[in-house]
Amino acid sequence: MSDMPAAARPVRRRVITEEIAEEPPRATAYVCEAASCLSLQSHDITVRLGEVVADAGLGDVEIKRVGCLGLCAAGPLVEIAETGRLFEKVTPDAVGPVVAALADVKQTDVRAPQGPFFEKQLRVATENFGRVDPESLDDYVERGGFEALRRVLSDMTSTEVREEVTRSGLRGRGGAGFPTGLKWTTVAKAQGTQKYVICNADEGDPGAFMDRSVLESDPYRVLEGMTIAAFAVHATEGYIYCRAEYPLAVARLRSAIRQAQRAGYLGSGIMDTSFAFDVQIRLGAGAFVCGEETALIASIEGRRGTPRPRPPYPAVSGLFECPTLINNVETFASVPTILRKGPDWYAAIGVGKSKGTKVFALAGRVVNTGLVEVPMGMTLREIIFDIGGGIIDGRPFKAVQTGGPSGGCIPADHLDTPVTYESLVELGSFMGSGGMIVMDDTSCMVDVAKYFMDFCRDESCGKCTPCRVGTTQMWMLLDRITTGRATGGDLAQLEHLAAIVQRTSLCGLGQGAPNPVFSTLRYFRDEYLAHIEERRCPAGVCTIEQPAEVMA
Amino acid sequence: MSMPDGAAPRPRVATVWLDGCSGCHMSLIDLDERLLEIFERADLVYGPLVDVKEFPEDVDVCLVEGAVSSEEDLHRIRMVRERTKMLVAFGDCAVTSNVPGMRNPIGVQPLMDRAYIENVTLAPQVPTRGIPPLLPTSQPVHKFVDVDVFLPGCPPHADLIYTMLDDLLSGRVPDAAGARFGR
Amino acid sequence: MSVYTLTIDGKDVAGSDGQTIMEVAEENGIDIPGLCHLEGIHDRGACRLCVVEIAGSPKLAAACVTQIAEGMEVTAHSDALLEYRRTITEMLFMERNHVCAVCVANNHCELQDTAEDMGLTHFDLPRISPKADIDASHPLFAIDHNRCILCLRCVRVCDEIEGAHTWDVMHRGLDTRVQTDMGIPWGESPTCTSCGKCVQVCPTGALFEKGRAVARGSKRRRPFLPWMKVVAEERGL
Repeated sequence: MSDMPAAARPVRRRVITEEIAEEPPRATAYVCEAASCLSLQSHDITVRLGEVVADAGLGDVEIKRVGCLGLCAAGPLVEIAETGRLFEKVTPDAVGPVVAALADVKQTDVRAPQGPFFEKQLRVATENFGRVDPESLDDYVERGGFEALRRVLSDMTSTEVREEVTRSGLRGRGGAGFPTGLKWTTVAKAQGTQKYVICNADEGDPGAFMDRSVLESDPYRVLEGMTIAAFAVHATEGYIYCRAEYPLAVARLRSAIRQAQRAGYLGSGIMDTSFAFDVQIRLGAGAFVCGEETALIASIEGRRGTPRPRPPYPAVSGLFECPTLINNVETFASVPTILRKGPDWYAAIGVGKSKGTKVFALAGRVVNTGLVEVPMGMTLREIIFDIGGGIIDGRPFKAVQTGGPSGGCIPADHLDTPVTYESLVELGSFMGSGGMIVMDDTSCMVDVAKYFMDFCRDESCGKCTPCRVGTTQMWMLLDRITTGRATGGDLAQLEHLAAIVQRTSLCGLGQGAPNPVFSTLRYFRDEYLAHIEERRCPAGVCTIEQPAEVMA
Repeated sequence: MSMPDGAAPRPRVATVWLDGCSGCHMSLIDLDERLLEIFERADLVYGPLVDVKEFPEDVDVCLVEGAVSSEEDLHRIRMVRERTKMLVAFGDCAVTSNVPGMRNPIGVQPLMDRAYIENVTLAPQVPTRGIPPLLPTSQPVHKFVDVDVFLPGCPPHADLIYTMLDDLLSGRVPDAAGARFGR
Repeated sequence: MSVYTLTIDGKDVAGSDGQTIMEVAEENGIDIPGLCHLEGIHDRGACRLCVVEIAGSPKLAAACVTQIAEGMEVTAHSDALLEYRRTITEMLFMERNHVCAVCVANNHCELQDTAEDMGLTHFDLPRISPKADIDASHPLFAIDHNRCILCLRCVRVCDEIEGAHTWDVMHRGLDTRVQTDMGIPWGESPTCTSCGKCVQVCPTGALFEKGRAVARGSKRRRPFLPWMKVVAEERGL
């Protein structure tokens, strides 16, 4: 007898995907309506294209709203589905070339390769990006959506689901890389009748927009992943904790939850089984620390969003002191594909202990800023130069910052390092949620460290002393260095303070806050020394006060 | 104080009074008869307790009371540091800036306005002539020059002062045990 | 109830299931510093002075919130830990505007005592010097935020012992302040019972009784509630 009660097994089956009566369109234009393109009026393009196509009498052409097409730098984007031709920087007033291309599409057309930005990627969590209409359940189902959930609910026990996830080697995509299967098993085995599943969508790292893109482009996938997780850990209630600064993501999630409830993918009797699970949204009020799981739980409970010491871990005592599974958006988004294509398929991707793919948000001084998903183990050089297209204006690459405020800066010497959880830690950085900020020679690394310290100082919740006070003091020392008021003693004190804040802080925010300082000191110590000893900023960023004699 | 023939020169001790209330010097006087013993072993060459106008060269031990609050204080502490082997931050004002430092969050201008303008009815004006300008903040001594020994306390107890001087004059590294901020 | 044996600083000690390292250490005469910890109210592991090393764990644990386990090897005192604690104490001094010399709690202050225990003789870290307010609107007591170290004993004792929950916390990071009733002046608080527990548990001179001079804020010999009632009656409150 399996550990899942028989009641959860399918009672009867129903074919969800109905035959589509209409003829499929001859040609389809995908118009990106994720936040980046939408902010450049891409919705007007959709409307305008519809009008122009109708005026031209192209009845067999579909204009479709889709999620992120990836190459945010070149938005607004329109793609011809059949040929793979991508139109960049489209405006509502100049849709002529798109319409002409749509009119030219023939039955025999095959998708042409789209260049390294697309070809070198491997899409798992983002496989539906730029393909499905994020506000259409039918569209998601048509592209294989909820197949994994169907398989789980009808053919698998919760133990089998957990085993498959474990075997896939999937690790938490929110930053720390905790093995997902192990976490699920811990929650499943924890004592308690009521259990919860929480999706952490409180993405707050500067320069990171992976979770936002997933929620905006493919919200059903997250719901499916959460439902599978709920089945695997015996939870009946779920929460998505999303920051309120993501209005489009929230709106699409709301619409997705409503549609999924109506269609029987959420609520009681999911897919005509006796399995019940429902999801609610909670909005974060803009505190970075609420991305920390215990602070997030406190916030959902209606308390001040501050972390608490662990143990007990949320898997044992989390939301309302019940066993709680917390995973990141991207982790949940990877689950349906893993269960559809099989754990071994997923485990074959990647290297070492880092399996599968990872979504990165490329930002900063890189040509192709945007969202990319690559197999683990790809080198930084491939990501930044092949996919990212190199540095803007051909300037020299200086460093890439990964892992957000808890991460570090990796210099050019290490560009050929394969990206894995372990390799980044070895380099003094951190996988984090997947932000990648590329910097060229116009960036001062001390200034970068100061920027991140300012972020941590501002976002410290104020609960524990080292983070509340220490981050401010580190920022004050960095400010002294960047304004040319520092001495060698200040540098020594900065290192001392950084070590203590890292060691004694209560939560990951404080423990990780000194990382930007450590990594910049490790690779760019000469820049610190130039500020202190020569009173100059090598990158020409900092305004150095010339030493004024205090004596009158 | 003359030196007996053939004896090694006695250590030269000085005291300096910067921005403080002189309470630490009072506590030094509280050594009472132990003062005689200390100054059998050392010479007091400068300070509020002796009538010497210029801070001399080659001072072995200097006790500095008070925070560095004005340009004059800064000038003096730098000179003192140059001429002194062992510099002692003597009492809370020298160690933490203490009461003089309470003005730091306020700022010099609002402070002057409150003291000399807002509450004055007859010809309010900020005095400037013959008075050293204040530094933007009042800081402890070690923010400007190296300090060898810290003796906190407001004031440090006479016993602690005695132990410290005894240690220094005997060539031992002073132990801070028992010293605390405040009383 | 099961009994666990463990070592703290090499000393064999025993405690029962559910006890914290701090409790067991206290019972065995091992002093672990802590400023947010206070017996009788729940612990929050926030001041970080009580961090200890546990063999086999890469991270430090707060002794006040970490429960003992069988065979645990705890290091509560080492040069490294002393250095951490000294720096954390220094941070607390540098955060607000602590001037022991003019403080009502001078010589009755746990922060001052901690500094002495750590052998802290001066401060190297940058001083933050924030502008912090004083709320003296309550007839009996006042709060000087310049001296608050955010241990939140007041918040906890008001909630857990008195049951009034007058105190809570507002803002975040360096701007964090304890507050009365959603930020209204203390004297206007409809929930405050004037019991004085918050004043009693405050480790520094942040919360004090009005009319006490510098260094006259002793809390040791103050009888608890009944006495406060007498004072209130005397003053016609």
